[in-house]
Amino acid sequence: MSQTTPTDPPDDNAARQRAAARAAHWERSRRMTLLLLALWLATGFGTVFFARELSRFEVFGWPLSFYMAAQGASLVSLAIIGFYAWRMRRLDREAGIATGGEPR
Amino acid sequence: MSGKPPYFSKLARYYLWYTGCFALFLVAVALLEQEGMPRLWIGHLFMFATVALYAIIGVICRTSSVTEYYVAGRRVPAMFNGMATAADWISAASFISLAGGLYLQGFDGLAFIMGWTGGFVLVALLIAPYLRKFAQYTVPDFLAARYGGGAGGRGAAVRAMAAGATILVSFTYVVAQIYAVGLIASRFTGVDFSVGIFLGLASILVCSFLGGMRAITWTQVAQYIILLVAFLIPTMWLSAKHADNPIPAVAYGSLLPKLAAREAALAQDPREEEVRAEFRRRAAEYAGRLAALPESWETGKLEAQRQLAAARARNASLTEVRQAERALATYPNSVDEARSQWSERRDANLARARPPEPHAEPFPGATKEESDNRRNNFLAVVFCLMFGTAALPHILMRAYTTPSVNDTRVSVFWTLFFILLVYLTIPALAVLAKYDIYTSLVGSDFSALPTWISYWANVDKANPLVSVADINGDGIVQLAEFAIDADVLVLATPEIGGLPYVIAGLVAAGGLAAALSTADGLLLAISNALSHDVYYKMVNPGASTQKRVTISKLLLLGVAFIAAYVASQKPADILSLVAAAFSLAGSTLFPALVLGVFWKRANHQGAIAGMLTGFAVCLVYMLRASPALGGSLDATWFGILPMAAGVFGVPAGMLGVVAVSLLTAPPSRGSEGMVDYIRAPE
Repeated sequence: MSQTTPTDPPDDNAARQRAAARAAHWERSRRMTLLLLALWLATGFGTVFFARELSRFEVFGWPLSFYMAAQGASLVSLAIIGFYAWRMRRLDREAGIATGGEPR
Repeated sequence: MSGKPPYFSKLARYYLWYTGCFALFLVAVALLEQEGMPRLWIGHLFMFATVALYAIIGVICRTSSVTEYYVAGRRVPAMFNGMATAADWISAASFISLAGGLYLQGFDGLAFIMGWTGGFVLVALLIAPYLRKFAQYTVPDFLAARYGGGAGGRGAAVRAMAAGATILVSFTYVVAQIYAVGLIASRFTGVDFSVGIFLGLASILVCSFLGGMRAITWTQVAQYIILLVAFLIPTMWLSAKHADNPIPAVAYGSLLPKLAAREAALAQDPREEEVRAEFRRRAAEYAGRLAALPESWETGKLEAQRQLAAARARNASLTEVRQAERALATYPNSVDEARSQWSERRDANLARARPPEPHAEPFPGATKEESDNRRNNFLAVVFCLMFGTAALPHILMRAYTTPSVNDTRVSVFWTLFFILLVYLTIPALAVLAKYDIYTSLVGSDFSALPTWISYWANVDKANPLVSVADINGDGIVQLAEFAIDADVLVLATPEIGGLPYVIAGLVAAGGLAAALSTADGLLLAISNALSHDVYYKMVNPGASTQKRVTISKLLLLGVAFIAAYVASQKPADILSLVAAAFSLAGSTLFPALVLGVFWKRANHQGAIAGMLTGFAVCLVYMLRASPALGGSLDATWFGILPMAAGVFGVPAGMLGVVAVSLLTAPPSRGSEGMVDYIRAPE
């Protein structure tokens, strides 16, 4: 485990700022993760749970519940992963500048 | 990140060339077929050409460096890593059986589509980027470093358990892949099943043995291209034929109402009802015999003997005598055997006596409870497949191979993208094939059956993959008279759609690519767990890098042969074993992995307790509820099928980690620092 760099207690201002920026970065990425997981739960499990009620509606000729199970939920998953990757790159970059690291 | 663009474009150029050559090869074989090349040769050509291709890539990519061997040098560009992971992921089951399963199960089958794609959200958001930031070699590496404990705080206990789970899960899965390799090879080249297995094995070995992760990655990209082409061509053909639109995933919506109308008509048809009544009568006959056990077994046996004697006595034709002999030979040997065989046949006949279920209707059921039960099982299967996906070592191992954390996130996106190119088409293929069979086969004349039916009916005489018999004797095919196995649909699609045989060979090559690519990844996951986690980290920490790679290669060889041997024994319940692998992976590894990142308080004792409880709950439930493992379906909890045991195992594992962690001392500062490190931006 040579890679891990245990953070020493912040003893000067710069170090404290860096720790705060890291904490803020983690807070933001954790909140986004939670939000996206909620969306994933709703599209995946929610639409199946109410599939019988939803099959009355139609999208592009498909019954809605069939469409969601066959394509919709998977496409939403793809969108979630894509959005997460894009957003995290920005968060990382901002935090990288704030913590004084090399901006990538 | 300088240097990446030229590397990327070099790779892109290679694979464009490769795809072009593959297209030329297809055209050449198609021309040869026109010139009258026999079918068997086409089958041989596809098998040997592709297997040789994978072996050549393996030889080119051979390596003995540790980082190259274990994690492909951590420089695979995100898009190619995604493509390789997609091939790793699309197993023989998804390529060959999934569309057939959807054909047979309708809406219920979509649980597999949802579960096998939705799980990547968990991989992307909760696990993969943190594994990459940690930057070691295997999943047990991560768990051992995070939880520590044991002698010197190196986490030997956690590592051993995680490695054990990795091996158990991957091994059941790899046996199923090798089994499929044997099946495809034997069907399309006419060689013996076991010969087919070892043929496929040879190509797996040349590839992973010489080049480890590096060779596997580049072979998998090549395999992905073949399997994508093989899946899309016949499906696009069917789609253009029935829906006037060559993009199946978009087109089949317009077929659904037509299919529903056809289903409704068939459910009402009096001739269909005639056939179904005959199946009900047969089922009732078996039920009667079952009720009269054990006397009915005695009388049945005497009757079979009497018929054979009578056939011989009256000098009946050879076929009749053979038939009577076979009837006697397959007659159950004991009362118990008779009970299981007859109840199986009663159920099979009852199943065929049911009118077709509407394909697109969610959870049809006679009562609200029945319908609710189907919904709950659907959700449970989706849950298990998703959490299992997020804990399968051969997928997670791929998080280590990209150049950066950001590349890992992007790579998971590409993975799901490439998987969806196939997975969005699978439900379309099921609908298209169903429509084709319901409209052109059903209602046609028995004297004019298409050739693919007789071909596939004769492949396996004992358990016919396709069967059609004129049950009510009217000379016309009724839907209820036709039965098809889930494994045949994709392989037979080119012939169902009336395409030349070269496409059938291509589809077989695609199935082979799907099975081989998954088997490659799984074998590497197993041998890495054995060589890196068990040998290097636990037995001989002083081993030189050269020795580690050599040991890993030898272990790979050994594991491959054991897996091939197990597969050649044709274990009966192979599919239920694969489903069990997902539940076991999710229950054992998922809680420790995710809580290790998101909950600093999780400690050594908690991790061990969580892995044990998750595993135990999952296993106990399967043993108690699965008839294949000696349990009974009456012992289920909330009517959840044993296949979805992870629905109890994952929460139990979570609970185990949380409860025991809170009851014991907090983890050391070192592991807290490590969590801070993997959470921090690059």
